[in-house]
Amino acid sequence: MSSALRRTALVVGLPALLLTAWWFLSAASTNLYAPPLSEILSEFGEVWIVNDRFSSDVVPSLVRLALGYGLAVLLGISIGVALGSSRVARQVFEPLLEFFRAVPAPVFIPVLILLAGVGTTQKVLVIASGCIWPVLLNAVEGVRATDETLSDTCRSYGISGVARLRHLVLPAASPQIVTGMRQSLSIAVILMVISEMFASDNGIGYAVLDFQRSFAIPEMWSGILLLGLLGVALSLLFRVFENRTLAWYHGLRRAQRDG
Amino acid sequence: MLDVTALNKTYEGSGRTVEALRDLTFTIGDGELVCVVGPSGCGKTTLLKCIAGLMSPTRGTVQLAGEAVDGPPDGMAVVFQEYGRSLFPWMRVRDNVDLPLRHRKLAKAERSRLVDEALDAVGLSDSHDAYPWQLSGGMQQRVAIARAIASKPQILLMDEPFAAVDAQTRAELEDLIRDLWHRFGVTILFVTHDIDEAVYLGQRVLMLSASPTVVREDLAVDLPDERDQLTTRSSPRFAELRARVYAQIQHAKNPTGIPRETDEPVRAG
Repeated sequence: MSSALRRTALVVGLPALLLTAWWFLSAASTNLYAPPLSEILSEFGEVWIVNDRFSSDVVPSLVRLALGYGLAVLLGISIGVALGSSRVARQVFEPLLEFFRAVPAPVFIPVLILLAGVGTTQKVLVIASGCIWPVLLNAVEGVRATDETLSDTCRSYGISGVARLRHLVLPAASPQIVTGMRQSLSIAVILMVISEMFASDNGIGYAVLDFQRSFAIPEMWSGILLLGLLGVALSLLFRVFENRTLAWYHGLRRAQRDG
Repeated sequence: MLDVTALNKTYEGSGRTVEALRDLTFTIGDGELVCVVGPSGCGKTTLLKCIAGLMSPTRGTVQLAGEAVDGPPDGMAVVFQEYGRSLFPWMRVRDNVDLPLRHRKLAKAERSRLVDEALDAVGLSDSHDAYPWQLSGGMQQRVAIARAIASKPQILLMDEPFAAVDAQTRAELEDLIRDLWHRFGVTILFVTHDIDEAVYLGQRVLMLSASPTVVREDLAVDLPDERDQLTTRSSPRFAELRARVYAQIQHAKNPTGIPRETDEPVRAG
């Protein structure tokens, strides 16, 4: 019990301290651009809950994030597994992948506006095109590193095709794939915000930019605070997902360390 | 049952060819337990992979029950040396044993019965729900053995399965193999570098030369069928057989007769 308390204190301590400091240091602020935290917090409730910009801006953002990230994970794993399984495919596609990976995703925004318009499709594609890489490259490496003895075991029992993919390739690569997915998630949030700052009429990114342009500074800060909270919530959710998916892997690593 | 004829495996490298197996011919009868022993690096694993259909030989043939082996055949199961790497760490013990059966499209009740029976036979009826990495090395190898026998193979290939476990566990596992062999009547080809183990387990011991490998001698082990770690290993006949295998292996390692520093001492019996 006391150790759980201690851990909570360690986790919550520093943010609480910083918020308190922010609260008191900004309390008497008359700077237009750095309003008191009290004002930001009251605007926070006003903007996102009372005026319900939660449904009009946060929900569209989250939908785009989910679609873009989901598409990137799906394509990243599929392409990564295909490339990881074949040396020839890797040799053929590697230069192409290196090229597209080197292009920063936001630069696709003007192109995608031309090709896919200014709607949700374009924003989902921007998110997916940027955050596919960590999943894809990690999947390639994970599949390539599949243990040879396990592979021989499957062959000797005649396990091939879909069964091999399901029982050997995907689980064997899953620790690497999950690492890639974690990196991709933070890139997805960044690209969600950026894509909403161009040719947009809703979304959290749009709202922050819109508040800044209309000098609604406390409102703007409340949007940044919301993004931060969203990031924390997503990473907590991801940790739950990871602990469930990779329970075997963490156990294996612990056993190898202790053994 | 198993016929290996003029088996040759030559690795073609860049500008370098290595002849691992030169010319191996032997036969294993139905229900036999045959040990293959040879000096380190004599291509035992290459031989086993060729027999298992995991590697194609350069020349020669392998036949299982009259059928040429050109890929992993049905009715053959392999137990690898690295138990830690041959069990699926993301599956529980039960699912590991079940996986090959699932692939055979057996009915669920039948699969369940076979898994129970196999885990029971290796003494792991309490560990169905554990993950392999939660078990000791010896127990993990028992799981691998259970998986191999669950599908009721005609022949069981074992590649130095006990090389990585401690001496006491090893003795227990050796007795387990004899026990399973009696109980299930399965043909076993057991590859090892341990001379004592080969003599203790086998009805026959095939001694291999150093690479490029040929069969040096095919020795019948005329010890009584009922074997026991204590009495069998201390019997005079065991000592004679062991000395004979030891001399052959030493000679295989070093045909010139000049002692070399790399020669490993024989394990105390």
